[in-house]
Amino acid sequence: MKPPRFEYAAPTTVAEAVSLLQQHESEAKILAGGQSLMPLLNMRLTRPGLLIDLGRVAELRYLRETDGGLAIGAMTTKRTVEDSAMVKSRQPLLHAATLLIGHAQIRNRGTVGGSLAHADPAAEYPALAVAVDAQLRVVGPKGERTIAAAEFYVSYLTTAQEPTEILTEVRFPALANDTGWSCAEVARRHGDFAMTGAVVTVQLGSDGRCAQSRIVLFGGGPTPLRAQAAEQVVIGQTPSEQLWAQAGQRVSEVIEEPLSDVHASAEYRRYLAQVLTRRALAEAAARARGAA
Amino acid sequence: MTPPRPIRLTVNGVSYEAAVEPRTTLVDFLRQELGLTGTHVGCEQGACGACTILLNGQAVRSCLMLAVQADGAEVMTVEGLSRDGQLHPLQQAFMEEHGLQCGFCTPGFLMSAYELLRQHPQPTDDEIKEALGGNLCRCTGYMAILKSVRLAATKLSAAHDPGAGGTKT
Repeated sequence: MKPPRFEYAAPTTVAEAVSLLQQHESEAKILAGGQSLMPLLNMRLTRPGLLIDLGRVAELRYLRETDGGLAIGAMTTKRTVEDSAMVKSRQPLLHAATLLIGHAQIRNRGTVGGSLAHADPAAEYPALAVAVDAQLRVVGPKGERTIAAAEFYVSYLTTAQEPTEILTEVRFPALANDTGWSCAEVARRHGDFAMTGAVVTVQLGSDGRCAQSRIVLFGGGPTPLRAQAAEQVVIGQTPSEQLWAQAGQRVSEVIEEPLSDVHASAEYRRYLAQVLTRRALAEAAARARGAA
Repeated sequence: MTPPRPIRLTVNGVSYEAAVEPRTTLVDFLRQELGLTGTHVGCEQGACGACTILLNGQAVRSCLMLAVQADGAEVMTVEGLSRDGQLHPLQQAFMEEHGLQCGFCTPGFLMSAYELLRQHPQPTDDEIKEALGGNLCRCTGYMAILKSVRLAATKLSAAHDPGAGGTKT
């Protein structure tokens, strides 16, 4: 289990990286933190002709506040996000989701952009991006464009990026006032890939009812799944254990084809989605009440 | 054959220059080129932690890094823990509490624990479990490892110097 032969380039700017990608389009693969790509290379599940290592592109490592939200350079490691006091206080949902990712040693190398661009169905960040309407900035030969998270995830390991585009930044807006959140998943062992997970937000109105809610599942299908039907169950209603259970039930009805594999059957994933939705809604609502 | 690329790095305080194929992983470079076989290869997927080393002070999976990515870096492997033939307090603690049997996972545990104790000199049990959760052991059942790290924390705070006894990175 050793990587196959490939050419290697370590550009120092985004422009250089894009140019390399354009020249070698069909043969090239981007190397970010390597925590997803290296296992694939080690098992020869991918055989790129050229590996473009973004590790020396200093301009892609940053974490800064913008208009109440957060802009994160694609090569920022998850460990940087985890250790950031600013993230913990301003973006507690992002902080919580980060802690669920693998183990510390993985987070020391794994990048924010890598996770978002790799689009593993069991990954936390893509679901989080969809749940909070993150904006993803990509750069290609024709220039820069921004893609909304809702349109970014197309299929299994596939995003809306063109093959010659590189993800350079993600912007996470801050959650609105009186909004509670929860991120929960079930894995066989702590740190394993999630069998199913849920990212949930609940905003309570002054009347105590749910003004807004976002329910996004991961691990349940090829892309993050926004369960709008379940959101509709909750919005406008008074929070209660029954309401969360109804929303959970609705989620299990709308999941189309959960993956069935060695880790979990489709039935079990469907069941987990129901339970996690119910629990996450309860937790998010409790946080919203605390924030109110 | 892809032309080899030159790299320079420091391992356990010693500078090395080498030319490597891009596809050579860091763990294979350390073991085969530098003869530092203390770091072990387990799963080559990042799951078992046997290959864990410190790169610029951070615990990472050397099976998931290419040697070329370590150009310019400071690496610490398990061989860097002892100094002048003296075991690092971590290693001493593992010995005293029987934190190893076959020893295959041990270097990875030592490096993960080393990073933990530098950041949290008095870790709680939960912090120890969280930090070591990415290292797998098939022999011990983990309890002796937990005791070893607790003992190491005590030894290190008694010495008043978290980096004592080993090569600093």
